[in-house]
Amino acid sequence: MMQGGVAGAVFGLIQRDLLLTWRRRADIATTLLFFVIVATLFPLGIGPEPAVLRTIAPGVLWIAALLSCFLSLGRLFATDYQDGTLEQMLLTPHPLAALVLGKIAAHWLVSGLPVVVLSPLIGLQFGLSGGAIAILTFSLLLGTPTLSLVGSIGAALTLGIRGGNLLSALLVLPLFVPVLIFGAGAVASSESGMGAEGHLSLLGACVVLAIPFAPWATAAALRIAVE
Amino acid sequence: MKTDRMNWFQWSSPQTFYPLAGKLIPWFACVSIVCLVAGLYMGFLVAPTDFQQGDSYRIIFVHVPAAWMSMFLYVVMAGWAAVGLGLKARPSFMMAQAIAPTGALFTFLALFTGAFWGKPTWGAWWVWDARLTSELILLFQYAGVMLLHASIDDLRRADRASAVLALVGVVNVPIIYFSVRWWNTLHQGASISVTAAPKMAATMLAAMGVMALGFWMYSAAVTLMRVRCIILERERHASWVQIERIS
Repeated sequence: MMQGGVAGAVFGLIQRDLLLTWRRRADIATTLLFFVIVATLFPLGIGPEPAVLRTIAPGVLWIAALLSCFLSLGRLFATDYQDGTLEQMLLTPHPLAALVLGKIAAHWLVSGLPVVVLSPLIGLQFGLSGGAIAILTFSLLLGTPTLSLVGSIGAALTLGIRGGNLLSALLVLPLFVPVLIFGAGAVASSESGMGAEGHLSLLGACVVLAIPFAPWATAAALRIAVE
Repeated sequence: MKTDRMNWFQWSSPQTFYPLAGKLIPWFACVSIVCLVAGLYMGFLVAPTDFQQGDSYRIIFVHVPAAWMSMFLYVVMAGWAAVGLGLKARPSFMMAQAIAPTGALFTFLALFTGAFWGKPTWGAWWVWDARLTSELILLFQYAGVMLLHASIDDLRRADRASAVLALVGVVNVPIIYFSVRWWNTLHQGASISVTAAPKMAATMLAAMGVMALGFWMYSAAVTLMRVRCIILERERHASWVQIERIS
Protein backbone atom coordinates (compact mmCIF):
# COMPACT_ATOMS: atom_id res chain seq x y z
CA MET A 1 0.00 0.00 0.00
CA MET A 2 2.68 2.49 1.08
CA GLN A 3 4.70 2.11 -2.16
CA GLY A 4 6.76 5.31 -2.40
CA GLY A 5 5.69 8.84 -3.17
CA VAL A 6 4.09 11.48 -1.01
CA ALA A 7 0.61 10.71 -2.33
CA GLY A 8 0.99 7.05 -1.38
CA ALA A 9 2.05 7.99 2.14
CA VAL A 10 -0.80 10.48 2.54
CA PHE A 11 -3.45 8.06 1.32
CA GLY A 12 -1.96 5.29 3.44
CA LEU A 13 -2.20 7.59 6.46
CA ILE A 14 -5.82 8.51 5.70
CA GLN A 15 -6.66 4.81 5.32
CA ARG A 16 -4.95 3.97 8.60
CA ASP A 17 -6.73 6.75 10.50
CA LEU A 18 -10.11 5.77 9.05
CA LEU A 19 -9.48 2.15 9.99
CA LEU A 20 -8.48 3.12 13.53
CA THR A 21 -11.62 5.22 13.91
CA TRP A 22 -13.74 2.40 12.50
CA ARG A 23 -12.35 0.09 15.19
CA ARG A 24 -13.49 2.66 17.77
CA ARG A 25 -16.86 3.55 16.26
CA ALA A 26 -18.14 4.88 19.58
CA ASP A 27 -15.98 7.99 19.08
CA ILE A 28 -17.91 8.99 15.96
CA ALA A 29 -21.19 8.34 17.75
CA THR A 30 -20.10 10.55 20.66
CA THR A 31 -19.32 13.46 18.34
CA LEU A 32 -22.61 13.11 16.49
CA LEU A 33 -24.70 12.75 19.64
CA PHE A 34 -22.99 15.79 21.09
CA PHE A 35 -23.95 17.75 17.95
CA VAL A 36 -27.59 16.66 18.22
CA ILE A 37 -27.83 17.31 21.96
CA VAL A 38 -26.32 20.80 21.78
CA ALA A 39 -28.77 21.68 18.99
CA THR A 40 -31.63 20.24 21.04
CA LEU A 41 -30.81 22.31 24.11
CA PHE A 42 -31.47 25.61 22.33
CA PRO A 43 -35.23 25.18 21.77
CA LEU A 44 -35.54 23.95 25.37
CA GLY A 45 -33.69 26.99 26.68
CA ILE A 46 -35.19 29.62 24.40
CA GLY A 47 -38.74 28.27 24.05
CA PRO A 48 -40.56 26.60 21.15
CA GLU A 49 -41.53 29.79 19.26
CA PRO A 50 -41.33 28.66 15.58
CA ALA A 51 -40.45 32.11 14.21
CA VAL A 52 -37.63 32.58 16.73
CA LEU A 53 -36.30 29.06 16.16
CA ARG A 54 -36.27 29.61 12.41
CA THR A 55 -34.16 32.75 12.80
CA ILE A 56 -31.64 31.23 15.20
CA ALA A 57 -31.42 27.80 13.51
CA PRO A 58 -28.44 28.56 11.20
CA GLY A 59 -26.41 30.01 14.07
CA VAL A 60 -27.35 27.17 16.43
CA LEU A 61 -26.42 24.48 13.93
CA TRP A 62 -23.17 26.21 13.10
CA ILE A 63 -22.20 26.58 16.77
CA ALA A 64 -23.14 22.96 17.47
CA ALA A 65 -21.05 21.83 14.47
CA LEU A 66 -18.16 24.00 15.63
CA LEU A 67 -18.22 22.60 19.16
CA SER A 68 -18.55 18.98 18.08
CA CYS A 69 -15.68 19.41 15.62
CA PHE A 70 -13.74 20.88 18.49
CA LEU A 71 -14.56 17.99 20.81
CA SER A 72 -12.95 15.49 18.45
CA LEU A 73 -9.88 17.65 17.75
CA GLY A 74 -8.29 16.54 21.01
CA ARG A 75 -7.91 13.03 19.57
CA LEU A 76 -6.32 14.26 16.32
CA PHE A 77 -2.69 13.90 17.45
CA ALA A 78 -3.00 12.77 21.10
CA THR A 79 -2.93 8.99 20.56
CA ASP A 80 -0.16 9.21 17.95
CA TYR A 81 1.79 11.38 20.36
CA GLN A 82 1.38 8.91 23.22
CA ASP A 83 2.37 5.75 21.35
CA GLY A 84 5.26 7.35 19.45
CA THR A 85 3.71 7.18 15.97
CA LEU A 86 4.02 10.94 15.68
CA GLU A 87 7.79 10.76 16.10
CA GLN A 88 7.94 8.19 13.32
CA MET A 89 5.89 10.52 11.13
CA LEU A 90 8.38 13.30 11.79
CA LEU A 91 11.24 10.98 10.76
CA THR A 92 9.78 9.96 7.39
CA PRO A 93 11.31 11.54 4.27
CA HIS A 94 7.91 12.92 3.24
CA PRO A 95 7.04 16.57 4.00
CA LEU A 96 5.31 16.69 7.38
CA ALA A 97 2.74 19.24 6.16
CA ALA A 98 1.46 16.73 3.59
CA LEU A 99 1.11 14.00 6.22
CA VAL A 100 -0.66 16.48 8.50
CA LEU A 101 -3.05 17.32 5.66
CA GLY A 102 -3.82 13.59 5.40
CA LYS A 103 -4.58 13.37 9.12
CA ILE A 104 -6.81 16.45 8.89
CA ALA A 105 -8.65 14.96 5.91
CA ALA A 106 -9.29 11.78 7.90
CA HIS A 107 -10.49 13.86 10.86
CA TRP A 108 -12.92 15.77 8.66
CA LEU A 109 -14.24 12.54 7.11
CA VAL A 110 -15.12 11.09 10.52
CA SER A 111 -16.21 14.23 12.41
CA GLY A 112 -17.11 16.97 9.88
CA LEU A 113 -18.84 14.97 7.17
CA PRO A 114 -21.27 13.10 9.49
CA VAL A 115 -22.35 16.45 10.97
CA VAL A 116 -22.98 17.81 7.46
CA VAL A 117 -25.03 14.73 6.60
CA LEU A 118 -27.08 14.98 9.78
CA SER A 119 -27.70 18.75 9.62
CA PRO A 120 -30.72 18.69 7.21
CA LEU A 121 -32.59 16.60 9.79
CA ILE A 122 -31.92 19.10 12.58
CA GLY A 123 -32.78 21.91 10.17
CA LEU A 124 -36.18 20.28 9.60
CA GLN A 125 -36.75 20.14 13.36
CA PHE A 126 -36.11 23.87 13.54
CA GLY A 127 -38.71 24.45 10.81
CA LEU A 128 -36.35 25.68 8.12
CA SER A 129 -37.61 25.79 4.53
CA GLY A 130 -36.18 23.44 1.91
CA GLY A 131 -34.08 26.15 0.27
CA ALA A 132 -32.65 27.30 3.59
CA ILE A 133 -31.75 23.71 4.53
CA ALA A 134 -29.95 23.24 1.22
CA ILE A 135 -27.91 26.42 1.71
CA LEU A 136 -27.19 25.56 5.36
CA THR A 137 -25.96 22.08 4.44
CA PHE A 138 -23.85 23.43 1.61
CA SER A 139 -22.34 26.10 3.88
CA LEU A 140 -21.46 23.40 6.44
CA LEU A 141 -19.94 21.24 3.70
CA LEU A 142 -17.81 24.19 2.59
CA GLY A 143 -16.96 25.45 6.09
CA THR A 144 -16.31 22.39 8.27
CA PRO A 145 -13.03 21.50 6.46
CA THR A 146 -11.71 24.93 7.51
CA LEU A 147 -12.65 24.11 11.11
CA SER A 148 -10.63 20.88 10.97
CA LEU A 149 -7.71 22.65 9.28
CA VAL A 150 -7.51 25.61 11.66
CA GLY A 151 -8.36 23.47 14.69
CA SER A 152 -5.42 21.19 13.98
CA ILE A 153 -3.07 24.13 14.74
CA GLY A 154 -4.53 24.46 18.22
CA ALA A 155 -4.45 20.70 18.77
CA ALA A 156 -0.78 20.59 17.80
CA LEU A 157 0.20 23.61 19.91
CA THR A 158 -1.38 22.20 23.08
CA LEU A 159 -0.16 18.62 22.59
CA GLY A 160 0.77 17.02 25.88
CA ILE A 161 0.00 20.07 28.05
CA ARG A 162 -2.03 19.84 31.25
CA GLY A 163 -5.60 20.90 30.44
CA GLY A 164 -4.51 21.19 26.82
CA ASN A 165 -7.95 20.54 25.40
CA LEU A 166 -9.55 23.48 27.18
CA LEU A 167 -6.62 25.72 26.33
CA SER A 168 -6.89 24.65 22.72
CA ALA A 169 -10.50 25.89 22.77
CA LEU A 170 -9.38 29.33 23.90
CA LEU A 171 -6.73 29.46 21.19
CA VAL A 172 -8.78 28.19 18.29
CA LEU A 173 -12.36 29.38 18.85
CA PRO A 174 -11.46 33.05 18.11
CA LEU A 175 -9.96 31.88 14.81
CA PHE A 176 -13.19 30.05 13.96
CA VAL A 177 -15.16 33.32 14.05
CA PRO A 178 -14.90 34.27 10.34
CA VAL A 179 -16.15 30.81 9.32
CA LEU A 180 -19.04 31.08 11.78
CA ILE A 181 -20.00 34.55 10.50
CA PHE A 182 -19.92 33.60 6.82
CA GLY A 183 -21.52 30.17 7.38
CA ALA A 184 -24.46 31.29 9.48
CA GLY A 185 -24.70 34.52 7.47
CA ALA A 186 -25.20 32.62 4.21
CA VAL A 187 -28.63 31.37 5.29
CA ALA A 188 -29.73 34.70 6.78
CA SER A 189 -28.60 36.52 3.65
CA SER A 190 -30.52 34.22 1.31
CA GLU A 191 -33.65 34.45 3.53
CA SER A 192 -33.53 38.25 3.27
CA GLY A 193 -33.39 37.97 -0.53
CA MET A 194 -29.78 39.07 -1.02
CA GLY A 195 -28.57 35.65 -2.11
CA ALA A 196 -26.00 33.47 -0.39
CA GLU A 197 -23.32 33.57 -3.10
CA GLY A 198 -21.20 36.22 -1.39
CA HIS A 199 -21.02 34.37 1.91
CA LEU A 200 -20.47 31.00 0.27
CA SER A 201 -17.67 32.44 -1.89
CA LEU A 202 -15.98 33.79 1.24
CA LEU A 203 -16.31 30.36 2.92
CA GLY A 204 -14.72 28.83 -0.17
CA ALA A 205 -11.92 31.43 0.01
CA CYS A 206 -11.34 30.51 3.68
CA VAL A 207 -10.89 26.83 2.89
CA VAL A 208 -8.69 27.55 -0.16
CA LEU A 209 -6.43 29.70 2.02
CA ALA A 210 -6.44 27.23 4.90
CA ILE A 211 -5.46 24.15 2.84
CA PRO A 212 -1.90 25.32 2.08
CA PHE A 213 -1.24 27.40 5.23
CA ALA A 214 -2.84 25.52 8.15
CA PRO A 215 -0.99 22.16 7.68
CA TRP A 216 2.24 24.11 7.42
CA ALA A 217 1.61 25.90 10.75
CA THR A 218 0.44 22.62 12.32
CA ALA A 219 3.62 20.89 11.15
CA ALA A 220 5.73 23.64 12.74
CA ALA A 221 3.75 23.31 15.98
CA LEU A 222 4.17 19.50 15.98
CA ARG A 223 7.94 19.83 15.56
CA ILE A 224 8.00 22.21 18.54
CA ALA A 225 5.85 19.83 20.63
CA VAL A 226 7.83 16.67 19.91
CA GLU A 227 11.44 17.80 20.10
CA MET B 1 33.10 58.09 9.03
CA LYS B 2 33.89 55.16 11.23
CA THR B 3 35.03 52.18 9.26
CA ASP B 4 33.71 49.41 11.53
CA ARG B 5 29.99 49.21 10.90
CA MET B 6 27.51 48.59 13.66
CA ASN B 7 26.90 44.93 14.32
CA TRP B 8 23.24 44.56 15.20
CA PHE B 9 23.71 40.98 16.30
CA GLN B 10 25.77 42.09 19.25
CA TRP B 11 22.46 42.97 20.95
CA SER B 12 21.07 39.50 20.34
CA SER B 13 22.38 38.17 23.62
CA PRO B 14 20.50 38.87 26.84
CA GLN B 15 23.72 40.00 28.53
CA THR B 16 24.31 42.88 26.07
CA PHE B 17 20.63 43.67 25.54
CA TYR B 18 19.92 44.15 29.25
CA PRO B 19 22.06 47.32 29.73
CA LEU B 20 21.00 48.68 26.31
CA ALA B 21 17.33 48.40 27.32
CA GLY B 22 18.17 50.09 30.61
CA LYS B 23 19.75 53.04 28.78
CA LEU B 24 16.82 53.41 26.35
CA ILE B 25 14.00 53.35 28.91
CA PRO B 26 14.43 56.95 30.28
CA TRP B 27 14.43 58.40 26.75
CA PHE B 28 11.24 56.62 25.72
CA ALA B 29 9.62 57.45 29.04
CA CYS B 30 10.44 61.18 28.81
CA VAL B 31 9.18 61.53 25.23
CA SER B 32 6.06 59.59 26.20
CA ILE B 33 5.25 61.86 29.17
CA VAL B 34 5.81 65.04 27.14
CA CYS B 35 3.64 63.74 24.28
CA LEU B 36 0.83 62.51 26.52
CA VAL B 37 0.65 65.80 28.46
CA ALA B 38 0.74 67.86 25.24
CA GLY B 39 -1.72 65.56 23.48
CA LEU B 40 -4.23 65.59 26.34
CA TYR B 41 -3.92 69.39 26.64
CA MET B 42 -4.54 69.84 22.91
CA GLY B 43 -7.32 67.26 22.85
CA PHE B 44 -9.25 68.42 25.89
CA LEU B 45 -8.61 72.18 25.97
CA VAL B 46 -7.50 73.41 22.52
CA ALA B 47 -9.46 71.30 20.03
CA PRO B 48 -12.87 72.76 19.13
CA THR B 49 -16.11 71.21 20.38
CA ASP B 50 -17.88 69.03 17.81
CA PHE B 51 -21.18 70.62 16.77
CA GLN B 52 -23.00 67.27 16.57
CA GLN B 53 -21.51 65.22 19.39
CA GLY B 54 -20.60 68.00 21.83
CA ASP B 55 -17.69 67.30 24.13
CA SER B 56 -18.25 63.55 24.34
CA TYR B 57 -16.29 63.09 21.12
CA ARG B 58 -13.08 64.01 22.99
CA ILE B 59 -12.66 60.39 24.09
CA ILE B 60 -11.37 59.69 20.56
CA PHE B 61 -8.07 61.29 21.52
CA VAL B 62 -7.55 58.22 23.71
CA HIS B 63 -9.71 55.75 21.80
CA VAL B 64 -8.28 56.02 18.28
CA PRO B 65 -4.57 55.97 19.29
CA ALA B 66 -5.28 53.05 21.65
CA ALA B 67 -6.99 51.12 18.85
CA TRP B 68 -4.09 51.83 16.52
CA MET B 69 -1.59 50.66 19.13
CA SER B 70 -3.58 47.48 19.85
CA MET B 71 -3.24 46.41 16.20
CA PHE B 72 0.28 47.78 15.73
CA LEU B 73 1.60 46.04 18.85
CA TYR B 74 0.13 42.72 17.70
CA VAL B 75 2.02 43.04 14.41
CA VAL B 76 5.20 44.01 16.27
CA MET B 77 4.76 41.04 18.63
CA ALA B 78 4.26 38.69 15.67
CA GLY B 79 7.29 40.29 14.01
CA TRP B 80 9.49 39.52 17.04
CA ALA B 81 8.01 36.03 17.13
CA ALA B 82 8.94 35.53 13.47
CA VAL B 83 12.47 36.84 14.08
CA GLY B 84 12.74 34.48 17.03
CA LEU B 85 11.61 31.47 15.03
CA GLY B 86 13.79 32.41 12.05
CA LEU B 87 17.02 33.36 13.81
CA LYS B 88 16.52 31.35 17.04
CA ALA B 89 17.40 34.51 18.99
CA ARG B 90 16.24 34.34 22.61
CA PRO B 91 15.77 38.10 23.19
CA SER B 92 13.31 38.18 20.28
CA PHE B 93 11.06 35.71 22.08
CA MET B 94 11.49 37.72 25.27
CA MET B 95 10.43 40.87 23.41
CA ALA B 96 7.36 39.10 22.03
CA GLN B 97 6.48 37.90 25.52
CA ALA B 98 7.01 41.42 26.93
CA ILE B 99 4.85 43.16 24.32
CA ALA B 100 1.76 40.95 24.81
CA PRO B 101 0.46 42.46 28.11
CA THR B 102 0.84 46.04 26.81
CA GLY B 103 -0.97 45.10 23.61
CA ALA B 104 -3.76 43.50 25.59
CA LEU B 105 -3.97 46.62 27.75
CA PHE B 106 -4.41 48.88 24.71
CA THR B 107 -6.99 46.53 23.22
CA PHE B 108 -8.95 46.69 26.47
CA LEU B 109 -8.53 50.47 26.59
CA ALA B 110 -9.85 50.80 23.02
CA LEU B 111 -12.90 48.68 23.88
CA PHE B 112 -13.49 50.47 27.19
CA THR B 113 -13.23 54.01 25.81
CA GLY B 114 -15.29 52.91 22.81
CA ALA B 115 -18.07 51.84 25.16
CA PHE B 116 -17.99 55.24 26.85
CA TRP B 117 -18.21 56.94 23.49
CA GLY B 118 -20.92 54.59 22.26
CA LYS B 119 -23.28 55.19 25.19
CA PRO B 120 -23.98 58.92 24.52
CA THR B 121 -23.57 58.64 20.73
CA TRP B 122 -25.24 55.36 19.80
CA GLY B 123 -27.23 54.91 23.01
CA ALA B 124 -25.64 51.54 23.81
CA TRP B 125 -22.51 50.44 25.64
CA TRP B 126 -21.94 47.63 23.22
CA VAL B 127 -23.19 46.66 19.78
CA TRP B 128 -22.26 43.51 17.87
CA ASP B 129 -20.64 45.50 15.13
CA ALA B 130 -17.90 44.03 12.92
CA ARG B 131 -15.16 46.28 14.23
CA LEU B 132 -16.08 45.93 17.90
CA THR B 133 -16.35 42.17 17.62
CA SER B 134 -13.05 41.77 15.80
CA GLU B 135 -11.32 44.04 18.33
CA LEU B 136 -12.74 41.82 21.10
CA ILE B 137 -11.33 38.81 19.27
CA LEU B 138 -7.96 40.55 19.18
CA LEU B 139 -8.16 40.75 22.98
CA PHE B 140 -8.87 36.99 23.10
CA GLN B 141 -5.88 36.40 20.85
CA TYR B 142 -3.56 38.35 23.14
CA ALA B 143 -4.99 36.33 26.05
CA GLY B 144 -4.44 33.09 24.09
CA VAL B 145 -0.80 33.91 23.38
CA MET B 146 -0.17 34.78 27.04
CA LEU B 147 -2.09 31.74 28.35
CA LEU B 148 -0.30 29.32 26.02
CA HIS B 149 3.04 30.73 27.15
CA ALA B 150 2.04 30.46 30.79
CA SER B 151 0.79 26.88 30.60
CA ILE B 152 3.91 25.31 29.04
CA ASP B 153 6.61 24.68 31.64
CA ASP B 154 9.46 24.18 29.19
CA LEU B 155 10.41 27.78 28.31
CA ARG B 156 11.93 26.88 24.94
CA ARG B 157 8.72 25.19 23.85
CA ALA B 158 6.56 27.94 25.40
CA ASP B 159 8.43 30.61 23.42
CA ARG B 160 8.18 28.84 20.11
CA ALA B 161 4.60 27.58 20.50
CA SER B 162 3.26 31.02 21.41
CA ALA B 163 5.29 32.50 18.54
CA VAL B 164 3.52 30.18 16.07
CA LEU B 165 0.15 31.14 17.59
CA ALA B 166 0.96 34.87 17.37
CA LEU B 167 1.89 34.47 13.70
CA VAL B 168 -1.29 32.52 12.91
CA GLY B 169 -3.40 35.22 14.60
CA VAL B 170 -1.91 38.00 12.47
CA VAL B 171 -4.58 37.33 9.83
CA ASN B 172 -7.07 39.03 12.14
CA VAL B 173 -5.31 42.42 12.05
CA PRO B 174 -6.20 43.36 8.45
CA ILE B 175 -9.72 42.04 9.12
CA ILE B 176 -10.12 44.54 12.00
CA TYR B 177 -8.55 47.35 10.06
CA PHE B 178 -10.71 46.94 6.98
CA SER B 179 -13.84 45.72 8.78
CA VAL B 180 -15.55 49.13 8.62
CA ARG B 181 -14.96 49.31 4.91
CA TRP B 182 -15.88 45.69 4.10
CA TRP B 183 -19.01 45.52 6.23
CA ASN B 184 -21.05 48.70 6.23
CA THR B 185 -21.84 48.67 9.92
CA LEU B 186 -22.56 51.10 12.72
CA HIS B 187 -18.95 51.96 13.53
CA GLN B 188 -17.89 54.98 11.52
CA GLY B 189 -15.25 54.68 8.81
CA ALA B 190 -11.56 55.28 9.33
CA SER B 191 -10.95 58.60 11.11
CA ILE B 192 -7.89 59.45 9.11
CA SER B 193 -7.28 58.64 5.50
CA VAL B 194 -4.14 59.29 3.48
CA THR B 195 -5.95 59.58 0.18
CA ALA B 196 -8.95 61.76 1.10
CA ALA B 197 -8.94 65.34 2.31
CA PRO B 198 -8.94 65.58 6.13
CA LYS B 199 -12.45 65.59 7.60
CA MET B 200 -11.49 67.19 10.88
CA ALA B 201 -9.79 70.30 12.20
CA ALA B 202 -6.00 70.40 12.06
CA THR B 203 -5.73 70.68 15.86
CA MET B 204 -7.77 67.49 16.32
CA LEU B 205 -5.53 65.68 13.87
CA ALA B 206 -2.41 66.99 15.58
CA ALA B 207 -3.69 66.05 19.04
CA MET B 208 -4.45 62.52 17.84
CA GLY B 209 -1.01 62.17 16.27
CA VAL B 210 0.75 63.42 19.39
CA MET B 211 -1.30 61.05 21.56
CA ALA B 212 -0.45 58.13 19.27
CA LEU B 213 3.26 59.00 19.51
CA GLY B 214 2.92 59.20 23.29
CA PHE B 215 1.27 55.76 23.46
CA TRP B 216 3.91 54.35 21.16
CA MET B 217 6.77 55.64 23.31
CA TYR B 218 4.94 54.44 26.44
CA SER B 219 4.69 50.95 24.92
CA ALA B 220 8.39 50.97 24.10
CA ALA B 221 9.37 52.06 27.62
CA VAL B 222 7.09 49.59 29.39
CA THR B 223 8.05 46.72 27.07
CA LEU B 224 11.73 47.32 27.70
CA MET B 225 11.14 47.46 31.46
CA ARG B 226 9.26 44.17 31.26
CA VAL B 227 11.86 42.55 29.04
CA ARG B 228 14.53 43.44 31.60
CA CYS B 229 12.53 41.62 34.27
CA ILE B 230 12.11 38.62 31.95
CA ILE B 231 15.86 38.57 31.20
CA LEU B 232 16.71 38.63 34.91
CA GLU B 233 14.20 35.90 35.68
CA ARG B 234 15.41 33.59 32.93
CA GLU B 235 19.13 34.25 33.26
CA ARG B 236 19.16 34.25 37.05
CA HIS B 237 21.76 31.46 37.14
CA ALA B 238 24.07 33.17 34.61
CA SER B 239 27.25 34.62 36.06
CA TRP B 240 26.67 38.13 34.69
CA VAL B 241 23.35 38.38 36.52
CA GLN B 242 25.05 37.36 39.76
CA ILE B 243 27.69 40.06 39.23
CA GLU B 244 24.98 42.62 38.38
CA ARG B 245 23.19 41.76 41.61
CA ILE B 246 26.27 42.26 43.75
CA SER B 247 27.32 45.56 42.18
